[in-house]
Amino acid sequence: MEAIIKGKAFVLGNDIDTDQIIPAAHLVYKLDDLDEKKNYGRYAFSGVPIEQSGLPQGNIPFIKEGQWQSDYKIVIGGKNFGCGSSREHAPFALQIAGIEAVIADGYARIFYRNAIDGAFVAPFESTQHLAKEIKTGDELELDTTKCSLKNLTQKKEYQLSPLGDIEHILRGGGIFEYARKSGMLAKA
Amino acid sequence: MAMTITEKILAKHSGRNSVQPGDNVWIDVDVLMTHDVCGPGTFGIFKREFGVDAKVWDKEKLVVIPDHYIFTKDMHANRNIQILRDFAKEQDLPYYYDVGTPRYKGVCHVAMPEEGFTRPGEVLFGTDSHTCTAGAFGEFATGIGNTDAAFVLGTGKLWVKVPETMKFIFEGEMPRYLMAKDLILAVIGKIGVDGATYRAMDFGGSTVDTMTMEDRMTLCNMVIEAGGKNGICTADKTTTDYVRARTNKQFELFYNDNDAKYHSVHHFNVNEIEPTIAKPHSPDNKAVVSEVAGTKLDRAYIGSCTGGKISDFMAAAEIMYGEKVKIDTFIVPATTDVAKEIRTLKFKDKTIMQIFEEAGCRIGDSSCAACLGGPSDTFGRLNGAEVCISSTNRNFPGRMGSKKSQVYLASPYTVAASAVKGVITNPREFFN
Repeated sequence: MEAIIKGKAFVLGNDIDTDQIIPAAHLVYKLDDLDEKKNYGRYAFSGVPIEQSGLPQGNIPFIKEGQWQSDYKIVIGGKNFGCGSSREHAPFALQIAGIEAVIADGYARIFYRNAIDGAFVAPFESTQHLAKEIKTGDELELDTTKCSLKNLTQKKEYQLSPLGDIEHILRGGGIFEYARKSGMLAKA
Repeated sequence: MAMTITEKILAKHSGRNSVQPGDNVWIDVDVLMTHDVCGPGTFGIFKREFGVDAKVWDKEKLVVIPDHYIFTKDMHANRNIQILRDFAKEQDLPYYYDVGTPRYKGVCHVAMPEEGFTRPGEVLFGTDSHTCTAGAFGEFATGIGNTDAAFVLGTGKLWVKVPETMKFIFEGEMPRYLMAKDLILAVIGKIGVDGATYRAMDFGGSTVDTMTMEDRMTLCNMVIEAGGKNGICTADKTTTDYVRARTNKQFELFYNDNDAKYHSVHHFNVNEIEPTIAKPHSPDNKAVVSEVAGTKLDRAYIGSCTGGKISDFMAAAEIMYGEKVKIDTFIVPATTDVAKEIRTLKFKDKTIMQIFEEAGCRIGDSSCAACLGGPSDTFGRLNGAEVCISSTNRNFPGRMGSKKSQVYLASPYTVAASAVKGVITNPREFFN
């Protein structure tokens, strides 16, 4: 996780489930094959009904036709982001697509845990419903140390909730690195 | 200190006398389960982190059950099963249930109890969110991702945050027309899809005390649809009879202390609960069936870890006996054991299979099938704008295939009654 994450916002609504993040038909590609894993980026958020994709106006595809990386770097979601299945392919797909952080009102716990233990994307919690304030395409600057967010387009600033006990796992690079540093696992 | 069942299990497995909600603890794992969708990724991370020649921490504690994408021509899906097969051979795994052999089981969450892997007082992790089903046996069971599963494969341990427990008490004798599915849909409708996020959901009361194991499994199966970390029922004679018939392994029973602290307590009188349905596109979009009765349907589906057990098909057969379905109706027994029982168990003078065949249902092979859509050639998959009523667990946009489809979730009684009438139908009409 970088100290500062700067880039365009992609805004979604409440209860974005893992079938919307990466539909089940696409869970078959190898996760460690350089070329094949691009498919996870290609189909990221392909399950979101198009009218709800890229709020507030909607009808904005997260990934442009024929591409596997997104123009957006930070996802703004509502409540219960990542609900549904335990598929780690969900935070992984967002990472492959180029997302570095998600900022949502709250998370379903398995998505949250997967995002942290695999250090795929940084899951921040907002203290207000930012999906109503921020527009898809707004330029954002997230300070992951201070947990603050600047909307450079709208010239507004927001404080986010502290990361809490999971911060050391996320900054350490995931559960394996954390366990090695803390002596639980032998160093590689 | 007074504790709940979940707290006691986590305390014991972390080597402590007591734990409190919010504590982060490392716990010892009794069983790890994985399947064809998440197994390959898990094994890949395991080898990356522990070395290509690494051995799993305890092969007696690893269960590998291919069940998701089995009967498909999708080459990537078939390759995933080959990866499981190769890993099982390389690690000499005793509990691998290969496709195309007599050992093949089908849906993991139903197969696990059948094979004696769900035992009171234990800790079970699975790379599938419906692993919570096993809480019905009085154990701590929850879903994890590939990275966490790979960590368990190498170490036998994982960190968890001790959840607060929400208590759900059901009182009264189950009315003839009601099933456990109606109760859990009523709960999710009340508290919402994030109403139990990070928490344990404990089910008790006189209704649950008299329930079969399969009914308790249905309750615990859908706690994830309310965001719950785990579901739990107190183990009793029903539990121990079931488990002892399937394994010789010793286990320990835990009980909620009388003065245990709960996040909240919710009371239900089952006589006040009506057949319940979740409308598109969320499991908490609750209605009672009579409110949406008459809604035109294209398809009915009975199957999955939630609604594909033998008692679910017996319920459907009671309704379909001597009737014909008016819409395409797909039947998918969760496991090969359930498929066998359908051919032998009778309602009145006919086997369940005969009843389904005479009603005009289509019967598929045991697997997760269309519950989660899957590859385009999956049996029962919604490939267009169909309106479907289903005994499964999720009705998110596109969950059963096409984003244009609409899914109503209901009990096997309600699904069967609706299949017979071609429109959403209150099963109470069949019990007069």
